[in-house]
Amino acid sequence: MNAPAIVMMLVAMLVLWGGLAVAIVNVSRSDRGEVAEAHRDL
Amino acid sequence: MTATPEQTEAARRGAFSSRRVFILAAIGSAVGLGNIWRFPYVAYENGGGAFILPYLIALLTAGIPFLFLDYALGHRNRGSAPLSFARLRKGTEFLGWWQVGICAIIAIYYAAIIGWSMRYMFFSVDKAWGSDPEKFFGGEFLSAADPSAGVTFDFVPGILVPLLVVWVVVIAIMALGVQKGVGATSVIFIPVLLLAFVALVVQALLLPGATEGLNALFTPNWSALKDTAVWAAAFGQIFFSLSIGFGIMITYSSYVGRRTDMTGSGLVVGFANSGFELLCGIGVFSALGFMAQASGVQVGDVASGGIGLAFIAFPAIISQAPAGGLIGVLFFASLILAGLTSLVSILEVVISAVRDKFEMSRVGATAVVALPIAVVSVLLFSTTSALTVLDIMDNFINKFGILLVAVVSMLVIAWALRALPALARHLNRYGSIPVRGWWVALISVVTPAVLALILVKELRDTAAETYGGYPDWMVAVFGWGVAAAVVVVGVLVTLVRWRPDTPLTVPEDETDPTALEVAR
Repeated sequence: MNAPAIVMMLVAMLVLWGGLAVAIVNVSRSDRGEVAEAHRDL
Repeated sequence: MTATPEQTEAARRGAFSSRRVFILAAIGSAVGLGNIWRFPYVAYENGGGAFILPYLIALLTAGIPFLFLDYALGHRNRGSAPLSFARLRKGTEFLGWWQVGICAIIAIYYAAIIGWSMRYMFFSVDKAWGSDPEKFFGGEFLSAADPSAGVTFDFVPGILVPLLVVWVVVIAIMALGVQKGVGATSVIFIPVLLLAFVALVVQALLLPGATEGLNALFTPNWSALKDTAVWAAAFGQIFFSLSIGFGIMITYSSYVGRRTDMTGSGLVVGFANSGFELLCGIGVFSALGFMAQASGVQVGDVASGGIGLAFIAFPAIISQAPAGGLIGVLFFASLILAGLTSLVSILEVVISAVRDKFEMSRVGATAVVALPIAVVSVLLFSTTSALTVLDIMDNFINKFGILLVAVVSMLVIAWALRALPALARHLNRYGSIPVRGWWVALISVVTPAVLALILVKELRDTAAETYGGYPDWMVAVFGWGVAAAVVVVGVLVTLVRWRPDTPLTVPEDETDPTALEVAR
């Protein structure tokens, strides 16, 4: 692979997969004691 | 012990058991066929590596903000798309039914593609398409009639049987309900889909020529960024990929607990969807690089998207690649899993709306909604005219259905109802991402303006020539006619009164003062 392609692939991975990791950490921290309630479903 | 209003509502409408199930279901809806067969080609055609810049800007300035809007509508108003709009302001209920109609149309043809993928998964084992996958697809497999023959009722058993199987599976899932059907499907299918696709990518990366494919996909063409069409492509890709603007996210967000962090959840869904698209790009272009090298041509000569990629290019790759059968099974299994979770979400929009409006039981609403859709689907898409009808319906309902209703509903919410400040306050009550003036500006100006520009361009292009060279009457009926019919039907259903047990006020939530705003 050429250098610009490698750089852009790494940037895309870092931004999108890194962004996903950060988003998961964020949502885990914001858990406000929501319990896994079992709702009855009609 | 007396049930709380939330428990009563959950028991009546159904609900996801936790935020995790909701997030997986939303990812299952967003991750669909378009991620696998649309994104890689769109990125390649629009600047390669440079496309990541407009794509990311589109995700952050249009995709995720629009996702927040859908979440705010459904989560605050606790209803399907029509009920959520009716609770925002009675006169806007038709927007919800318009979205429901669009979903019903998409479900009709979406199932057909899943059925084809099912057949092709088995074809992969012995490369049943032989030496000419293109001829096999249109000929032996679909027995596609010439478009000039119009709509035929010459049934093709090879596509009829898998389509029936798809509908039996999907109807069973829908009848099981929100948690045990929709939620459980995503909880199981999404991790399996991820594993299958990662295995596919690893296998594709090991193919000779894979790096040439990645070079083609990621080498940046910075001059492309001066082209407004590239930016429109980025916004279009994000918009169509995220399942926003046509009722799905409104419906799903009405099934989660009131204290759920909707903005944080939205960020996970948005990045998961785009992250999966990147994975698809790597897998698909590695395989295309192999095909180009094996054929002694440039990657650009073999690159394609959509049905051509899945049912013509990939079979050619499978025929030539080492362990091609495994690649084929993984690829088509991924299409099936991604397609099923999306189809389930599309149908849930319709079933949820019918349940809310007519106060029907889950099984009753599933029967009333899914059976007629399945019958029309089988009648139209298991015959020799399936490909023509599918192409027309898909093109028109996406552009003049989804895109149009998204622009209209955003303008109505932002400018006619001026509801964004109340919706922002609702999101901020439990959201981990503060939603402020920037969100209001994006939703009221930037996103509708960009989508409107794309819409105008599509309208101009479509009006300039008969779509696909198909007969005028077919384009008029299955294209313009269907796109117009969902609006008319939407308005007509609005005339039916809501049942007494479904108040059009926002359900009581003593912690949410925004519940008293807007609808007055």
